[in-house]
Amino acid sequence: MKIALFATCIVDGMYPRAAQATVALLERLGHEVVFPKGQACCGQMHVNSGYFKEAVPVVANHVRAFESEDYDVAVAPSGSCVASVKHQHPMVARRAGHAGLEERATAVGKKTYELSELLVDVLGVTDPAIQLGSYFPHTVTYHPSCHGMRLLKLGDRQAGLLRGVKGLELVDLPEADQCCGFGGTFSVKNADVSSAMLADKTANIRSTGASVCAGGDYSCLMHIGGGLSRQDSGVATLHLAEILASTETEPAAVPGPAGQTVKVVVK
Amino acid sequence: MSRTPLGMPGLRPGSGNLFAEEKFPSAARRELGNAQLRRNLKHATSTIRTKRLNVTGELPDWEELREAGSALKTSVMARLPELLEAFEANVTARGGTVHWARDAEEANSIIHGLVKAEGVDEVVKVKSMATQEIGMNEYLEEHGTAAYETDLAELIVQLDHDKPSHILVPAIHKNRTEVRDIFLKEMPDVDPDLTDEPRRLAMAARAHLRAKFLTAKVAISGANFGIADSGTLGVVESEGNGRMCLTLPETLITVMGIEKLLPTFADLEVFLQLLPRSSTGERMNPYTSLWTGVTEGDGPSNFHVVLLDNGRTNALADEMGRSALHCIRCSACINVCPVYERAGGHAYGSTYPGPIGAILSPLMTGVEAEENGSLPYASSLCGACYDACPVKINIPDILVHLRGKDVDAHRGGMPTQMDVGLKAASWALSDGRRLGAVEKLLPLGRAAAGKDKKIKKLPGIAAGWTQSRDIPAPPSQSFRDWWAKEHKES
Amino acid sequence: MSTRDHILAAVRTALKDAPAVPEVPRDYRRDGDLAQGAVIEVLVDRLEDYKAGVTVVAEAQVPDTIQGLLADAGTYVVPAGLNPAWFGWETDLARVKYDGGSHGTLSVTALDATDAVVTGSAVTVAESGTIILDGSPDQGRRAISLIPDHHICVVHSSDIAQILPEALRRLDGTRPLTMISGPSATSDIELERVEGVHGPRRLDVIITT
Repeated sequence: MKIALFATCIVDGMYPRAAQATVALLERLGHEVVFPKGQACCGQMHVNSGYFKEAVPVVANHVRAFESEDYDVAVAPSGSCVASVKHQHPMVARRAGHAGLEERATAVGKKTYELSELLVDVLGVTDPAIQLGSYFPHTVTYHPSCHGMRLLKLGDRQAGLLRGVKGLELVDLPEADQCCGFGGTFSVKNADVSSAMLADKTANIRSTGASVCAGGDYSCLMHIGGGLSRQDSGVATLHLAEILASTETEPAAVPGPAGQTVKVVVK
Repeated sequence: MSRTPLGMPGLRPGSGNLFAEEKFPSAARRELGNAQLRRNLKHATSTIRTKRLNVTGELPDWEELREAGSALKTSVMARLPELLEAFEANVTARGGTVHWARDAEEANSIIHGLVKAEGVDEVVKVKSMATQEIGMNEYLEEHGTAAYETDLAELIVQLDHDKPSHILVPAIHKNRTEVRDIFLKEMPDVDPDLTDEPRRLAMAARAHLRAKFLTAKVAISGANFGIADSGTLGVVESEGNGRMCLTLPETLITVMGIEKLLPTFADLEVFLQLLPRSSTGERMNPYTSLWTGVTEGDGPSNFHVVLLDNGRTNALADEMGRSALHCIRCSACINVCPVYERAGGHAYGSTYPGPIGAILSPLMTGVEAEENGSLPYASSLCGACYDACPVKINIPDILVHLRGKDVDAHRGGMPTQMDVGLKAASWALSDGRRLGAVEKLLPLGRAAAGKDKKIKKLPGIAAGWTQSRDIPAPPSQSFRDWWAKEHKES
Repeated sequence: MSTRDHILAAVRTALKDAPAVPEVPRDYRRDGDLAQGAVIEVLVDRLEDYKAGVTVVAEAQVPDTIQGLLADAGTYVVPAGLNPAWFGWETDLARVKYDGGSHGTLSVTALDATDAVVTGSAVTVAESGTIILDGSPDQGRRAISLIPDHHICVVHSSDIAQILPEALRRLDGTRPLTMISGPSATSDIELERVEGVHGPRRLDVIITT
């Protein structure tokens, strides 16, 4: 299968290792990965902040980029960005009165999958330890990001994949379904409430005794990791893709709490 | 305060207690400082969340009921003119009188006139969001009429000269000890040895209100439902204070928003399942009263309905936002909202707090009114409210829609840091080459982060981020660059 | 132009996009699927959950059951249309206060001075433990089942529906209806449920088979 990678702007610029890990996983399964060069961002920061007009060129760019490449399905290591591509892009186009763009955005959205969704539903990954060689000998807790959980209805897909990683001990996160308080510009506009939500999230994470908090969205992980780092908690954040890509021969390094260390894991 | 009518001809914004007088972030900051409030809210909201999930989970057809509820409300909004006319005709035919009020002032004036006509200077009240919204108690008091709240929580709030902070449990911000102290201070004839046991507190309220119920000549209520094809009204309650008010006085005045209609009596089969389970987390609330006009020999002989617009038509005119009017005031969205749980209800200013309030208030008044434009931002868009809503109001989508209205309302003025930042971001993020060029600057950020590879302080609006969070040093190269090198592209 | 016409005009203006009226999907349960015995079991479970007293008896046992439940009551109200045979055991006629029909109506003060009330019921919903009164002669006007502190309510098994939609179909919506699910209660203080506030603090249900 030919799979187009949507790296997402935050992973592209801040956490490239999550995209590299995604490439590694897909290639390990025997698929061809392409990277549509024109891609940039899904635009949800603009949409969610009410800047619909400014979101239009961002959406148009994404649609153009993913129309210009030939592929079977597209994948992104982010529930939130995939939800934006699927749900927000047609809406932004409709609001702007671009019926043509709406139709094209809907078509792109239909072919776009969140990583765990692609692995489980399309590529049939049921046993990461065997099928992907996943090995990560650490105690891990897992934060299910809101948009993956509620907009994409990912259910148990991400946690299920983590459970199938050799050596990994998954511990339940208390109040896991509570938002971490990121919410894009919410964390800046309503910084106090956001910080209060984050404080509860990090306290819950620290109560598990896990050394790593895993997730499927680097936006939330940047937020959670930023709090864990400020608290000098010693707990790291890591993307699901990086954990799945970690193997016995090339184990992923556990980064510092703010995710500082960049250890490229590519097979 | 003068509120200039805005919007389309014929539409006027709501008035009364629908306004955030202070921007949400600063009001929330103040409330967050109250540790007792946060403990009370955390305890109460987590208790009710668990109860709700238990009773919604046990119904095999919960999702089908939600679908039906949502479609019924959509249909009511689309058919509102004919349903209102039918409701009016049926109430009138059954001996009731229908009044119409465009805003809070008109409603209060009608109600006061009706009370005065009965020659009394006090009324008993059933808990009602509509009367809170129009500030009826304050209006009546200013005009020499005492309105006694009879719901326990409303009584607590009224005795404490406070404001409700939740639409279902208005005193949710108070714990038992605080309630005991209020009763000891404000309730005449209260037992000085009153403890803070909830049962003892409820009994004190019973004793306090008993004589009022038995002697009241006029009662004022809201309504959970109005049935168009019969003129029937319904009030859903728990304590029996509603039954007392709806049954014993000679005159009953019911204030109902025009959106509260259901087409037929049979439609209650949907809503009387959705509401109690979503609201108090019970299979059914202890008491539901349904009455149609006046019944000879049973209940009030004099019945009035005040149909209230107060900005509802303003909300109805917003195609994206009109489904906010589907709200049945269950409060499920409030109880699951992480922002409400921290900030509490007072931070929203309006009678309607939480996620539904953050859309309903600005829809009814317009986003330009007071600080209501700050309310749609009071959400991380986590979506828990949409999942919990029994009539499937897509609150996150409407929040985002109203943010768009707020941003558009401010275009042309002095650009804010957010405006400048997001416009620049739009330029960079709408072209892969431009983003790639910006990413070439990543090593600069890496250098700024210093030895521990953390950025601990950012300037301007981003300072809010670094008040409690670090940012990791950026990587030495972007994924895009890495990919290009790996694939030997330029 | 009247206020009424202003509002109706505003509603029409607001709807000038002529939104579609959707078909309402009624895929929820409209009818129950349990046998009568199981329905009664569900009802008993729900009523007990609300802290109501429940007795399931044969019709012939109703008078004795009522007599037992009224043991503590100095006086009690009986609606004029309730089966008089249920009170054949009563020897102290001063305990009984009739309301309605040729007896006239008791004042609020008189009702407040009465300890208990016995009524029949129109329809009952097992799944939610909800008894519905419709003001028929065996139930009387709404005030009599509200003011006395102890309500004894007789439910005939033939009047029990498993789920709410079935029950509503058996009712005339224009009668004054009271739906009762347990004794009055409040959860206003810390969401802790307290049974017994303004409405009757004690509810006893007699289910006849």
